[in-house]
Amino acid sequence: MRRLATTLISLAGFLIVWKLLTVLTGTPDYILPAPEVVAGRALRAIGSGLLWEHTAVTLSEILLGLTVGAATAITVGVALGKSVVIERVLSPYIVAAQSVPILALAPLLDIWFGGGLLARVLICALIVFFPIAIATMVGVRSADPLLVELFRSLGATPGQRATRLEIPSALPVIFGGLRVGVTLAVIGAVVAEWAGASSGLGVLINIANQGLFDTPLMFVALTTLAVIGISLHGLVVSIERRLIVHP
Amino acid sequence: MTVEPTIQTSRAPMPAGLPLRLNGVNVVFPSAAGPLEALRGLTLDIPAGSLTVVIGPNGCGKSTLLRLIAGLLRPTEGSVRLIEGVDAEPRAGDGRVGLVFQQPRLVPWLTILDNVALPLTFKPVSRLPLVRVRAGSTTADDAKVLAQEALDRVGLADAATSYPAHLSGGMAQRAGLARALITDPPILLLDEPFSALDALTREAFDGELQRLWMNSPRTVVLVTHSVGEAIRMADRIVVMTARPGSVARVIPVDMPRPRPATAAGSATDLEAKVRSALAEVHPPELRPWIDR
Repeated sequence: MRRLATTLISLAGFLIVWKLLTVLTGTPDYILPAPEVVAGRALRAIGSGLLWEHTAVTLSEILLGLTVGAATAITVGVALGKSVVIERVLSPYIVAAQSVPILALAPLLDIWFGGGLLARVLICALIVFFPIAIATMVGVRSADPLLVELFRSLGATPGQRATRLEIPSALPVIFGGLRVGVTLAVIGAVVAEWAGASSGLGVLINIANQGLFDTPLMFVALTTLAVIGISLHGLVVSIERRLIVHP
Repeated sequence: MTVEPTIQTSRAPMPAGLPLRLNGVNVVFPSAAGPLEALRGLTLDIPAGSLTVVIGPNGCGKSTLLRLIAGLLRPTEGSVRLIEGVDAEPRAGDGRVGLVFQQPRLVPWLTILDNVALPLTFKPVSRLPLVRVRAGSTTADDAKVLAQEALDRVGLADAATSYPAHLSGGMAQRAGLARALITDPPILLLDEPFSALDALTREAFDGELQRLWMNSPRTVVLVTHSVGEAIRMADRIVVMTARPGSVARVIPVDMPRPRPATAAGSATDLEAKVRSALAEVHPPELRPWIDR
């Protein structure tokens, strides 16, 4: 209850500062629309079904990209953590892929994978991959060496050691990576849409900004992206709380 | 009238546990500062069902010795044998050895019951040939029943659903003992298991361990720093030399059991013998400070 109150007060403060800024500076709506103008535009966009149409596309890209990216990252991260050889072989490529700006890579992937949902999911997965893989690798290595020796003395196979000791030990760190990953997934989806898509919140931003000069609509799309990011982040945190035993 | 001759069985009853034989064992660890010799020419026979206490200076390779017997480490040279014939070498996790470490080493996210049942969950119970369980007992439920029995035996029945963080050091160490005993291993190795506990708790444990061993004898090797504990617990005290470790002396202890915590006090000759042996294996600069 107290947490909810804090959040609401902070949100109200943010809106008041925003409103004051528009009033005091007299900025026109096409540069910085007032909060109630954005709210009104949002209601119209919801009413016409425009917002949901684009949100559904972006949301599915994010969720699929996150799933594919996180699953691959955790698998690869465990392998990286358990084998120095695998780390030596793979890590230059992983770091290289992460160092190349996703903005530059996106159009290429769009051409390679046919410009459809698949291409956009892959772009999203790619940007999600790095923080989760690195977190998993670090986490797996942080397993208590005394417990590793215990598992060895009890005859656990390397697979049992991974699933019963190393991955559970790594969970807090993996969830740290997932928290970064979900926010990157939102960015990845928008970047992917900019590389070539006909619908989605990224596309809606472009249309509102460059086509219609509808700055309030652009704010609606941005806010929706922010809400998606916050909700997914909250979801990850609540799963984390459930999954990790804090005796 | 003929009297049936009474058949005298000269055969002693099968000793519980397995005998151990270490022969000419050298262990060398590679290190940044060059090879580190932990054990050199260690030869030791441990009879089946005996309670052997190993004592010696810091870093003399006592833990290395236990890790060899547990199959966690192979000797650089020499041999370690659990029994004669095939399958003689120790293999980690084959169920023949139970290990209690200096730290309890409980998995923090598992309950005490699940921690104790852990050894049974890595392979079906039926695949552990030495575990005495009902035929066909392989399910997780059976593992829990056995774990609860093991907890009962060490007086931890009420702690089954607790997490390790909620246990005192003494309770955690008892849970570690229950985990080591759950497979009913013929060999039990204890690496300074009670060294982190206060003196009274430790004496209580020694009494408990002695009782457990008398009720179901097995080969026990206990590593300790305490002369009093050694005299109270041991059939034979093995005094090791400083690094590289080998056997300096084997001192038999022949006192009736169960022995009270004051056993060492009433065996002053024996205590003097052990202390004298220890003084000889410590570096010369320490000797003046060791009571003989």
